[in-house]
Amino acid sequence: MELIYALCVGVLTTCGIFLTLRGRTFPVVMGLTMLSYAVNLFLFSSGRLVVNGAAILGTTEQYADPLPQALVLTAIVIGFAMTAYAVILAMRARADLGNDHVDGSEKALDMQMKEKLK
Amino acid sequence: MKLFAVLLLPLLGSLVPLFAARFNRTVCAWLTAIAPAIALGIVLSLSPQLLNGEVFAYAVDWVPAAGLELSVRLDGLAFLFLLLILGIGLLIILYARYYLSQKDSIGRFFAYLMLFMTAMVGIVASGNLLQMWFFWELTSISSFLLISFWSDRTEARKGARMALTVTGAGGLALLAGVILIGQVVGSYDLQKVLSSGDLIRESHQYPYILVLVLLGAFTKSAQFPFHFWLPNAMAAPTPVSAYLHSATMVKAGIFLMARFYPVLSGTDMWFMIVSITGLCTLLVGAYIALFKHDLKGLLAYSTISHLGLITLLLGMDTRMAAVAAIFHIINHATFKASLFMAAGIIDHESGSRDMRQLNGLWKYMPYTATLAIIAASSMAGVPLLNGFLSKEMFFTETLDQGTLGSLSWAIPVLATIGAAFSVAYSLRFMHDVFFNGEPVNLPKTPHEPPRYMKLPVEILVACCLAVGMLPGLVVLDLLNAASSATLQGNVPEYNLAIWHGFNIPLLMSALAMVGGLIIYYNRKKLFHFQGQFPEPDSKLVFEAWVQALVRAASAVHGWIENGSLQRYLAIFLLMTFAVSVVPLMQLQETAGLRSQLPLDYASGTAAVLLMLAAFATIIWHRQRLISLLMLSVVGLIVSVAFTRFSAPDLALTQLAVEVVTVILLMLALFFLPKRTPKESAPRRLVRDISISALVGGIVGTVNYALMTRPLESISDFFVANSKTGGGGTNVVNVILVDFRGFDTFGEITVLGIAALGIYKLIVRMRLYMPSGDEFGRHWSTDSHPMVLSTISQMLLPLALLVSVYIFLRGHNEPGGGFIAGLITAVAIIQQYIANGVEWMKERISLNYQALIGSGLLIAFVTGAGSFVFDRPFLTSWFDYFKWPWVGKFELASAMMFDLGVYLTVVGATMMILANLGKLTTSERVDTRELENL
Repeated sequence: MELIYALCVGVLTTCGIFLTLRGRTFPVVMGLTMLSYAVNLFLFSSGRLVVNGAAILGTTEQYADPLPQALVLTAIVIGFAMTAYAVILAMRARADLGNDHVDGSEKALDMQMKEKLK
Repeated sequence: MKLFAVLLLPLLGSLVPLFAARFNRTVCAWLTAIAPAIALGIVLSLSPQLLNGEVFAYAVDWVPAAGLELSVRLDGLAFLFLLLILGIGLLIILYARYYLSQKDSIGRFFAYLMLFMTAMVGIVASGNLLQMWFFWELTSISSFLLISFWSDRTEARKGARMALTVTGAGGLALLAGVILIGQVVGSYDLQKVLSSGDLIRESHQYPYILVLVLLGAFTKSAQFPFHFWLPNAMAAPTPVSAYLHSATMVKAGIFLMARFYPVLSGTDMWFMIVSITGLCTLLVGAYIALFKHDLKGLLAYSTISHLGLITLLLGMDTRMAAVAAIFHIINHATFKASLFMAAGIIDHESGSRDMRQLNGLWKYMPYTATLAIIAASSMAGVPLLNGFLSKEMFFTETLDQGTLGSLSWAIPVLATIGAAFSVAYSLRFMHDVFFNGEPVNLPKTPHEPPRYMKLPVEILVACCLAVGMLPGLVVLDLLNAASSATLQGNVPEYNLAIWHGFNIPLLMSALAMVGGLIIYYNRKKLFHFQGQFPEPDSKLVFEAWVQALVRAASAVHGWIENGSLQRYLAIFLLMTFAVSVVPLMQLQETAGLRSQLPLDYASGTAAVLLMLAAFATIIWHRQRLISLLMLSVVGLIVSVAFTRFSAPDLALTQLAVEVVTVILLMLALFFLPKRTPKESAPRRLVRDISISALVGGIVGTVNYALMTRPLESISDFFVANSKTGGGGTNVVNVILVDFRGFDTFGEITVLGIAALGIYKLIVRMRLYMPSGDEFGRHWSTDSHPMVLSTISQMLLPLALLVSVYIFLRGHNEPGGGFIAGLITAVAIIQQYIANGVEWMKERISLNYQALIGSGLLIAFVTGAGSFVFDRPFLTSWFDYFKWPWVGKFELASAMMFDLGVYLTVVGATMMILANLGKLTTSERVDTRELENL
């Protein structure tokens, strides 16, 4: 179980990083979301995997570690706020700059556009 | 306390002139002089003990773990320097009052001067190396301000910048050296360091320490090849030159070498570096000084030469040579300060410093001329003056050393040659300026300066004479105290007499005199010879170097900071990979000893689904909507995974967040392009896949290694105290609202701030609204579907009820403020989706900002409430009550806190989504209206 869990975390990280390395805003935001899944799963697993052990007192013999859970819970909510901020920033950038590039090529594009207009 | 006053008084004094500047210049000078005068008085009151070799030390801890403290330490060496700094400083204040003109801001000048004085006092009186270093850098900064005082002049700015760069860079080297010393000794305390000489010399870091500390000293004391900044610093007002470049700033480097003499000297390396540097500086400075037509330029190079002489003495590494070095520090400070002041008077009263114009001034200012001639004779080493005594000691020591083996004869010979040039340029100062015909084209007719402008020169010249004629009476005790503090031991036997009989040093002096006369007599030929060499402007050379450095730096910077997120991320990820790969390779076994869970079919299927969905997300990433759908599958399976692995709170949160995230991204997609164009080159794709696979592999491996190792957690405490201490059985929730409540408070604050930031970004957004989808089809104009809106309206009370239930039970069962808040937000957004913004606008008017604010306020007030009961912030309280029909139930202050969390989460989520949603409709805030407001 641990092996396949780690495999999932690795795959999510890989896909997330690949998306954040794209040159447009939307895939980057998607990549950030995917990365935050991976990070949350990673942090959560630092309390080790326990089945049928929810940390509700009196329900079970062996409790899962509640501390990483508490940390990840807030991380999920903050992660949402961060995703929202990034995506709104991307929209604002598109509104103000007229494109959705994050690869530093907007200057080159602007020049091309100006030449076309001429 | 008295000791601290010595340090604090000049600091306070640097504020005085800023207030006193409103009065006339005399009052301002007097008021400024009060603080250093008191400090000097305190130092003098301690003189009997200090002259006896006692050490005063006082320290207050600041950050003991980092070796930081506030400490003052006075001994003989510090006493000598304090006398020079404070004594000559007072004379400079008096002198500057007459030197500066009406249009110069005298308050600013005195403030800078006092700041500099503070820094110098700090260097010599510090008992802690880090504190000493701090003041060391402060001298660089305050001297920058002083040199660039006439900031409208380009050479002042350039000279100041050069001085700051050179001495500041040396200061950084010194810091590195000091830290190394601290590591070797285990303390930054000066007393401990001074008594650990053997430890440092035997340490394998000794060569680094020595070179770094000497770099600091050599740059500050303008030793060859770092000497070039000093002549360019002559653009400063003359009082500054007289103070900084004779007695204080440049002596700081000498002080440093003397201070660390017991720790660093005594090795061949010390001898080679210090003495050869000193010798080169002595010769180069003395030679160039002769050819400078500028009066201050001559004095600057002469200063370099004399600093070289002192360095050479310190490098010779005999105890007697160190005594001679200290003696020459005193003598050089007195005659050079008076010469600078005399040069300033000449400049001030005749309007020029060029020796080709200044001739025959004896007729116009005989009194000043007499003073200057005495001081210059001392510089040349004429008998009955103080310069003669230390020069004789210097000659004696050059004869006594033998470290260069059979080449040792070279040092006394070269010393004599240097002394001959010293005589020659001193002669030029005396003869060329005061005799040698008539003035040429002077802007003003020279005359004697005001009475009190001469007073500082008189006092210093009197010192030269007194030391020169009655050395045993005037200076012997001070010299002994300073020398024994330098050597950290007994001073060798010596005789401070004027007449030692006919001996070789006297012969060398005589040779130097005759040689100097011959050189000066033939100066025209020498000037002609020297004129054949191109004279590089060190300012230009230096600026060229600086610019080359800046170009190189901006090239590197331009490569990294090219505006592309991809480049930053790629560099960052590769660095992460590089850092983590080595420790992972050292890990022998990936799997740990902890027993692993068996794999069941359901989990395996979910895992395969998750991976497939993740791959699908990136395979279709250019078709954004499909990709987003795939991403939401990933999110769903993640929440299932949380359920599977005993984290019901997480699963609920993830589920709710998943819903709002997908809605958010779909709204964003309304405005952003629906497709990502194909623009990555194949090479780029290979690179990106490699980087992500490398890092993903590392993360997965680390995760596996982590999970299979036994766990030692602090959570046992939380589990044990959750019920008894926090009054709840849901440990996760109790941690959130009670044990780690302060963290949660911070997190909801961040959430609120993020929401407000998003609101600000949305309000001014000028996005055009697409009229149709990517294929040009117009949006549907149908009204909202009846079925959906009816069901949604029916569901709303139910959903709100569920969120209240989830909230209330949160303390004991899965749930709580975060989850309940998200559920409420989702329920309201459901209405927006089903009925549209216009419909909602008529029915619901929530002020989301107020919601966030009140949520944070409630959480804070709940936390602060415990102050009323004299408990720390966020101490919780709970008790059980009986209510008819309901039964026994619990009230806890933590629930109020959770309410704050709830309100903040609802407010933040709604603020983001509702405002973004409004943008897609005609309800959007019209930016044109905003601008009209």
